[in-house]
Amino acid sequence: MTEKELKVKPIKNGTVIDHIAGGQALNVLKILGIGADADVSLSLLMNVDSKKLGKKDIVKVEDRELKEGEVNKIALIAPGATINIVRDYEVVDKYEVDLPDMIIGVIRCQNPSCISNTQEPIKSRVLVKGKNPVVLRCVYCEQPITENIADYLI
Amino acid sequence: MFKRRHVLSMRDFSREEIDSVLETAASLEPYAREKSTDLLSGKILALLFFEPSTRTRMSFETAMKRLGGKTINLGSAEASSIAKGESLADTVRVIGEYADALVIRHPKEGSARLAAEFSPVPVLNGGDGAGHHPTQTLLDLYTIKKESHLENLSVALVGDLKYGRTVHSLAYALALYGAEINLVSPPTLRMPEQIRTDLLGKGTRVSETSDLSEVINRVDVLYVTRIQRERFPDPLEYSKVARSYRITPENLTDVKDGLIIMHPLPRVDEISPAVDQTPHAVYFKQSFYGVPVRMALLKMILDGGQDGGLECGGEIRGTSKDRSKDRSGGWSG
Repeated sequence: MTEKELKVKPIKNGTVIDHIAGGQALNVLKILGIGADADVSLSLLMNVDSKKLGKKDIVKVEDRELKEGEVNKIALIAPGATINIVRDYEVVDKYEVDLPDMIIGVIRCQNPSCISNTQEPIKSRVLVKGKNPVVLRCVYCEQPITENIADYLI
Repeated sequence: MFKRRHVLSMRDFSREEIDSVLETAASLEPYAREKSTDLLSGKILALLFFEPSTRTRMSFETAMKRLGGKTINLGSAEASSIAKGESLADTVRVIGEYADALVIRHPKEGSARLAAEFSPVPVLNGGDGAGHHPTQTLLDLYTIKKESHLENLSVALVGDLKYGRTVHSLAYALALYGAEINLVSPPTLRMPEQIRTDLLGKGTRVSETSDLSEVINRVDVLYVTRIQRERFPDPLEYSKVARSYRITPENLTDVKDGLIIMHPLPRVDEISPAVDQTPHAVYFKQSFYGVPVRMALLKMILDGGQDGGLECGGEIRGTSKDRSKDRSGGWSG
């Protein structure tokens, strides 16, 4: 890290989500269900320079180790994001997020005529047809979901 | 291969499976007219039509009766529990206990797949909004096989290729047979990009034009569709494209001798009645072929496989307790 980027001090324990596409940090928090009322200490860096992405966001969640199944959802909007688990200032685990083959109850179908957008007792289900770029397909109406994915987060 | 299986989308069918349906339909065709059988004696088919239908509903009813089975009807949605706000999931759970199979037509896309998740018996998709209509596709393929040929076929799909569900399913199925597909539509009613990309990805030869005269003289099958007023949110948009194509005997002077003209019906004015007298017109036969094809599906699903004895491949998902589990292997949010 350069001196300029050291605006936020390293965390002692917790999770650092790095390499989030620039501007997507707030959507990452939305997917993780971490809102303003969440009882965690958070640091957000947005639109910092990145060799890999041009601009990237970083989210640091203190004193909470996010589980792999929990964070993989963020690959929907940040396919190349990396997860660092930090204990006593040391990175003890690091991996790239990876979408599963099917996503349930996280993203609604873009098709207003789809049965999954009605009051039926079902959760939305989408198949992951491509991971980077992300291409999804609704299990019910089979319509593809490729653009503005963040707008359809439940 | 088929016993107790749902029929929801042509995407679920392999070419071998389609062939076996078409062969069974051919063997049942003599029973589709005049004669009957008692193959499905004692079986009940429930017809759940939440949208108007003439051909699909009546040909399913005829098919079941020709096979010796009985049908029960939802009647109009207004006069049923749907009007009281019952969910589709609950409706199919209840009616699935009354019948051996369900046919469903519903305005929402994906409704047949939802019904299949909750139904204790096989579900046949009779058309879900602008989504799929697999039994129409199977009867279209049967018509092409009987009246023309499925191998080395050149076909023109004409009219509303955006909202017309029959042409979407048919295009996927024809791709399995290596057909050359010519898409003819007004610019605003083109085949959705995703479907075109899928077809090209399968190595299908696809051309696109708004000018029917470019292709009409070199195709084996002209598949004409109605531009559907009910699919247009804006009446002005409908009026702009409503009369884009009209087939008349004058259009047909230089076509191939063996050209067949198909239409899923009802037609409005896409095909002049004068065309009915030409040897090219097969749309009324096509409509009749819905009976043997639906007989074949019902027999294969309710009575077993192609020969009446196959047992494998059931896709009904066990008890309602089993169905409540998350079977996806994915994760919940």
